[in-house]
Amino acid sequence: MSTRIFGRPESLATINFHYCPGCTHGIIHRLVAEAIDEFGVREKTVGIAPVGCAVLAYNYFNLDMQEASHGRAPAVATGIKRVMPDSVVFAYQGDGDLASIGTAEIVHAAGRGEKITVIFVNNAIYGMTGGQMAPTTLIGQETTTTPGGRDPAKSGFPIPISEMLGKLPGAAYISRVSVSSPTHVARAKAAIKKAFQTQIEGRGFSMVEVLSTCPTNWGMTPRQAIEWLEKNMIPAFPLGELRNWEKEQGQEKAQGSQVEVKH
Amino acid sequence: MGTSTAVRRVVFDEERCKGCELCINACPKGIIHLAKHTNSRGFHPATVEDQEKCTSCTFCARMCPDTVIEVYRDK
Amino acid sequence: MGELILMKGNEAVAEAAIMAGCRFFAGYPITPQNEIPEYMAKRMFAAGGTFVQAESEIAAINMVYGAAGAGARAMTSSSSPGISLKQEGISYLAGSELPAVICNMQRAGPGLGGIQSAQGDYFQATKGGGHGDYRMVTFGPSTVQELVEVCVDAFDIADRYRNPVMILGDAVLGQMMEPVDLDQAKVKPAPAKPWATTGAKGRKPNIINSLYLQPEVCEKMDYHLQEKYREIEKNEVRVEEVYLDDAEVVGVAYGTPARLVRAAVEKLRDAGLKAGMIRPITLWPFPSASFEKVVAGTAAEAGTGNRVKSFFVVEMSSGQLLEDVRLAVAGRRPIYFHGRMGGMLPEPEVVLAEMRRLLTDPAAVGGEYGLNYVVPALKPEAVAVAVAGAVHARGAGDMGGTGGGAR
Repeated sequence: MSTRIFGRPESLATINFHYCPGCTHGIIHRLVAEAIDEFGVREKTVGIAPVGCAVLAYNYFNLDMQEASHGRAPAVATGIKRVMPDSVVFAYQGDGDLASIGTAEIVHAAGRGEKITVIFVNNAIYGMTGGQMAPTTLIGQETTTTPGGRDPAKSGFPIPISEMLGKLPGAAYISRVSVSSPTHVARAKAAIKKAFQTQIEGRGFSMVEVLSTCPTNWGMTPRQAIEWLEKNMIPAFPLGELRNWEKEQGQEKAQGSQVEVKH
Repeated sequence: MGTSTAVRRVVFDEERCKGCELCINACPKGIIHLAKHTNSRGFHPATVEDQEKCTSCTFCARMCPDTVIEVYRDK
Repeated sequence: MGELILMKGNEAVAEAAIMAGCRFFAGYPITPQNEIPEYMAKRMFAAGGTFVQAESEIAAINMVYGAAGAGARAMTSSSSPGISLKQEGISYLAGSELPAVICNMQRAGPGLGGIQSAQGDYFQATKGGGHGDYRMVTFGPSTVQELVEVCVDAFDIADRYRNPVMILGDAVLGQMMEPVDLDQAKVKPAPAKPWATTGAKGRKPNIINSLYLQPEVCEKMDYHLQEKYREIEKNEVRVEEVYLDDAEVVGVAYGTPARLVRAAVEKLRDAGLKAGMIRPITLWPFPSASFEKVVAGTAAEAGTGNRVKSFFVVEMSSGQLLEDVRLAVAGRRPIYFHGRMGGMLPEPEVVLAEMRRLLTDPAAVGGEYGLNYVVPALKPEAVAVAVAGAVHARGAGDMGGTGGGAR
């Protein structure tokens, strides 16, 4: 007698993904779906698909979905959540969508403390359009619009979105994770669950930045891409929590008790 | 309970597989390989013949971007 | 009759939206429409809805997209430069078939333009504005009372056709105060929205989307939209016809200039002159039928079958409404045009004098102020060609493109 201990979550549709072989979007989709299943909120969740490689995400989740125009997912999420405050709303966005054309929307959704969850997939490149420089492209990284590697004198610097959003009072949970190994995937899952918990408990804005690969446009095999991510992206975009309401509450409590001791 | 050769701990949905090898990378026992044959989409699917060595650790399934893999554990 | 209250146009349209069941408003400050978001900020939460001051007009229209997709009656407002920023979102609303109401209190342009009243956004509103083949129902009210009534109508039409609807006002209309009877606006309850993303409970997931990567599928969707637009053209034209039964010169205007033309028509009637007016209340769908019934037949037959000798179009723009009038008249009568731009209003005396000259001494027409055109009538043999062309240009044909739907 054997029992199934791992399989497709209900919140994921059965259709095959169109993603290139080894693209980690599929892992991240699954983690989001697992989190939704585990909170038992599938029937009151609305997802927002971005423009970019994940544009067809509305077909990949077994959930009500809306397709947003490029970069506007946090604004669309705001509209949905404000008229259905009891729903669970998440926006799934790539680095071009969120960190370039959609910077105003993501900053202000976080600033307002919208009770939404954003899954920010950072693979340091524009995948869908064929490998152009992204706002998160690393210094020296070769793309079709940074031939010879990204030179800050010509193309500026990568933008650390999670660090920026972590400074905003409206942000309740901001974390950066990777999906480059089973251990990292487990941590990413925990972060995504924490983000949804943050929303469900009404704590404020939550976002998980997930470092992801783009084997096709990086010009690597999937296994090489995983290696490249660990070697180059993690040092440039350090993993960890940049904001966690729970820990901040703990600190406040600790400080509060110290004050009491003094009295 | 004695292990039977009929027990399959990892089940691969070959038609979904794109042969990316991330599961091969992840398997601590090194028992996953790409099949010689191709699926209908032209990919060599990942497969495990030596099910006895599988510990149901789920690493392969967690790394699979295409939800190809189901994992079972003996009770 | 309900109670008459004195309200500013901007506040009245906001109150009308709440009466119509609007429960989501997102906006961004821009003159001369600021009283709309300010009123919403005061009233919306008490009405059980939500107001968001968005980070931009782009964000505001996309918030409206999300809220509309979730089934709420949703609205945004702005003025010309801000409406330009909303065009992407409006195109997505049209492509995803989402109902929403957008209010544009027009100011002068192009560019940053000025903050005084103008009507330069007529083409943008009535011809699509954003990318792709779509149409937006566009109201051009001319009084605060009518602003209230079309606002309620706008939410109803938006829901029934799942299409964005624009209220195309102007700075004067937004800023002026007039007595309003709110009870005159008849609110219809919103229909059920089984397509809305309210959570996939006991049903398959609902998807709000406008992406169709296969051209065959995308064209099918475009056909569907076109069929919907033909239905709207058939059912939703709103127009006021003034003295059309015996008019010899017909003024055409919407919004604030329509008030001036209306006043001129009344004064000319008082003087025994046969002035009339066609006042489009919907700018799209355009009230072509009102023109058709007074120009049927050739110019030479004027005075036998009907008496209309010419039209007089007045705009706070350079001849945008004029183009729709030309399509409707199709060369069968001359059309005279008087326009002001840049925030300048047409002067009541000029409008009156020009219209009087048209009735008494057409050769003398052409004032020294503003932009004045004459679009002459075509020779009878050219009219048939022009009429066929106009029918085609209006898109009144059936899907086979034979022009069979002419009204």
